[in-house]
Amino acid sequence: MELILNEEQQLLQDTAREFVNKNSSLRRVRTLRDSGDPLGYSRTLWGEMAKLGWLGIIFPEEYGGAGLGYTELMVILEELGRGLLPEPFISNILLAGNAIAIGGSPAQRQAVLPSLISGDLLLALAHQESRSRYNPHDVETQAQKTSSGWRLSGEKVHVLDGFGADRVLVSARTSGATADRAGMTLFLLDVHAPGLSIERQWRIDSRNAAIVRLDDVAAAGDDVLGKVDHGSDILDTVIDRATIGLCAEMLGGMNAALSMTLDYLKTRVQFGVPIGSFQALKHRAAKMYIETELARSAVMAAHKTIDEDSQRVPALASIAKARCSDAFVLISNEAVQMHGGIGMTDEHDIGFFIKRARVAEMTFGTAAYHRNRFAELQGY
Amino acid sequence: MDTLEQFREETRQWLLAHAPKSMCTPVRVVDDLCWGGRRAQYPADVKRWLDVMAERGWTAPTWPKQYGGGGLDKAEAKILSQEMAKLGVRAPLVGFGLTMIGPLLLQEGSEDLKRVHLPPIGRGEIRWCQGYSEPGAGSDLAGLQARAVIDGDDFVVTGQKIWTSYADKADWMFLLVRTDPNVRKQAGITFLLMDMTSPGVSVRPILLISGSSPFCETFLDNVRVPRSQVVGQVNGGWAMAKALLGHERTMIADIFKDRAPGNPLLELARRYLPASAARIADPIIRDRITQLDMDAACLDLTLKRSQDSMKAGHKPGPETSMFKYYGTETNMRRRELMLAIAGPQGLGWEGAGFDESELALTRDWLRSRGNSIEGGTSEIQLNIIAKRVLGLPD
Ligand SMILES: Cc1cc2nc3c(=O)[nH]c(=O)nc-3n(C[C@H](O)[C@H](O)[C@H](O)COP(=O)(O)OP(=O)(O)OC[C@H]3O[C@@H](n4cnc5c(N)ncnc54)[C@H](O)[C@@H]3O)c2cc1C
Ligand SMILES: Cc1cc2nc3c(=O)[nH]c(=O)nc-3n(C[C@H](O)[C@H](O)[C@H](O)COP(=O)(O)OP(=O)(O)OC[C@H]3O[C@@H](n4cnc5c(N)ncnc54)[C@H](O)[C@@H]3O)c2cc1C
Repeated sequence: MELILNEEQQLLQDTAREFVNKNSSLRRVRTLRDSGDPLGYSRTLWGEMAKLGWLGIIFPEEYGGAGLGYTELMVILEELGRGLLPEPFISNILLAGNAIAIGGSPAQRQAVLPSLISGDLLLALAHQESRSRYNPHDVETQAQKTSSGWRLSGEKVHVLDGFGADRVLVSARTSGATADRAGMTLFLLDVHAPGLSIERQWRIDSRNAAIVRLDDVAAAGDDVLGKVDHGSDILDTVIDRATIGLCAEMLGGMNAALSMTLDYLKTRVQFGVPIGSFQALKHRAAKMYIETELARSAVMAAHKTIDEDSQRVPALASIAKARCSDAFVLISNEAVQMHGGIGMTDEHDIGFFIKRARVAEMTFGTAAYHRNRFAELQGY
Repeated sequence: MDTLEQFREETRQWLLAHAPKSMCTPVRVVDDLCWGGRRAQYPADVKRWLDVMAERGWTAPTWPKQYGGGGLDKAEAKILSQEMAKLGVRAPLVGFGLTMIGPLLLQEGSEDLKRVHLPPIGRGEIRWCQGYSEPGAGSDLAGLQARAVIDGDDFVVTGQKIWTSYADKADWMFLLVRTDPNVRKQAGITFLLMDMTSPGVSVRPILLISGSSPFCETFLDNVRVPRSQVVGQVNGGWAMAKALLGHERTMIADIFKDRAPGNPLLELARRYLPASAARIADPIIRDRITQLDMDAACLDLTLKRSQDSMKAGHKPGPETSMFKYYGTETNMRRRELMLAIAGPQGLGWEGAGFDESELALTRDWLRSRGNSIEGGTSEIQLNIIAKRVLGLPD
């Protein structure tokens, strides 16, 4: 495993950085928030990303994808994270799209992937429930067998980009007890299915999240993704990959917050000198920098591990997520502190980072959750 | 079979044939290691292992053959260290000669200095110590006062050094002296090589909180050092000093990596926390172990990233201070955690009620408190990062 970017990946990085600078200042993020935009992102921009081929990077060429690797995806996600772009990458590509690419039948892939990659179809994965916290196997939503298929009832929360999606992938219990790994099945449902309703949730980062309610929603046998009772196999894989992708985004976010803070430390004058000359702040800035470097190594190794199809993906996903969660929270907290009073104002952009850091921290499990998971993976 | 694979196979065979069995056991205390030097007395196997390895140049595998090295390229040297790790065989020789002054001489030394000093280092004949710090010049190293005045073909050196690790065991010292007191403090320093048996050198050991006394006060009273023993230029020693510190910090970051096979923290937890046969029952200890494992993994990956980037042609810069900082801080946290896991059994100083490994644990913890001081303190590393990497103002 080589932990550097090759020339093409560096070019991709330049393109992505330019794209982010041109299209998405934090002003756009602010406007989307202040106007209460229900989607929370721009479909036009999503379409432009599709045209650049970004939505298909990891998908096979036969469905319109580019068949490249996760390292390429990392490069893009990091830049998107730097600009806090709210476009629905994690939800559409890494969660739902991946679930279909990995677990779907040829017919399901053909039906979904090309229009997902072109940006025309929007998907969401609804797996979390109000008491399941971060455990994806903890599913109460029920799917009862009927003569013609299945009937689903239950409620999903914190569904990423669930509002405005065309189809949702839902986890439901087809057998077993609530927290069992086995007995969970994934269903691909149309949002217009009778009994299915979606309500927008407003969280601190104002990105798109939703509650998905299922009240006796009918599903056909064809709507099952993968094998009945074996949904966890697919879900575990895609959540690991999405976790790793989210880490790339977090890495971009923490680097942006750090560099904004360094600029402030160099320019804000108190006691007749720039505050960056005070050692109490210098040492903390140096530690923040070290955190970003350690995080970068973990994030890069995790992406490379997926590309190399290694058994170590779950362990590296946990190492990366634990590190990025702690690092992003630390850096965004320190960033606000070092900005003094102005950092507490809504008017200043640094506040976006502390909010995003918290949401990202609690998506797919906090640092403590991942340390516990890592310990379990290592057998202690 | 490609040549590297062939090299691996030959190396493995050779190691199997030549490494004494007793050298394929873990090192318990630093004194188990072979530091070489004129005054050293080693058990027969240690000596034999040193001699066979030195003969092949494998005590300094990447040094050129004409200076007593192995002449291996990076890929071959990596294979050698991998094969040694697989066998669990000890390094035949350690010390400041191999890790500090040797690399500096290769980089900056004159042909004469290389020819005179490098081969004896590789053979383990000469042990070196580092004379940087003085009572008034620790973190502010450039403030050093030991003076050297030219007299004929010699410098005459007068002053005091302190915290000189192993000065009482070393044969030669590399040291910094002030040769021009009338210029900016960094500009008047010279880098010298000095024979410790020269008249006027005296050494007094200092006891550490861990009970051992590896470091010393070194007094220099009109010591004559030939002018031929200057590394680099007269008054140009600061650049040498910094180049050497680069080697030193890399070595320190590397030396404190936990190389023990398996997971020593886990084994310790299983030994001392009764209910932890499979899952560690104490959730706080379990979390701290995991956190440390993850931090060590991130540090290793970052070291690897830095090496990969060097291979791709990037020069290492001041960001390497983070390895010294984080490597030593992590090692200190590991020692703290080991002590916490051992509980009251980690409190032994000697004798009854404590076994050898418990006594070593305690002393290793005490010794580790020096990690954030030696080779430039943690605060100094953070200063370097803030100023030279992040560009924060003075
Ligand atoms: C919620 C809130 C309510 C407030 N209410 C009032 C009010 O009612 N009336 C009023 O007059 N003011 C009020 N303030 C202002 C408050 O007193 C100032 O924000 C505070 O004194 C810091 O000044 P500053 O914001 O200019 O930050 P700066 O002085 O610019 O500091 C920026 C950063 O640099 C650090 N720093 C600065 N100097 C040093 C140094 N020498 N050494 C180390 N670090 C240093 C600071 O700790 C901070 O982290 C309020 C602030 C807040 C956040
Ligand atoms: C185990 C051990 C082995 C050693 N071996 C050798 C050796 O072989 N040869 C040799 O020459 N030296 C050796 N040293 C000395 C070592 O390099 C010095 O101890 C070190 O550079 C610190 O200097 P000092 O002890 O004078 O502390 P000081 O410089 O007096 O520092 C005291 C405290 O103040 C802090 N401080 C000082 N300046 C600043 C600043 N600008 N900003 C923030 N904080 C600051 C330091 O971080 C430290 O916490 C060894 C030290 C130890 C502990």
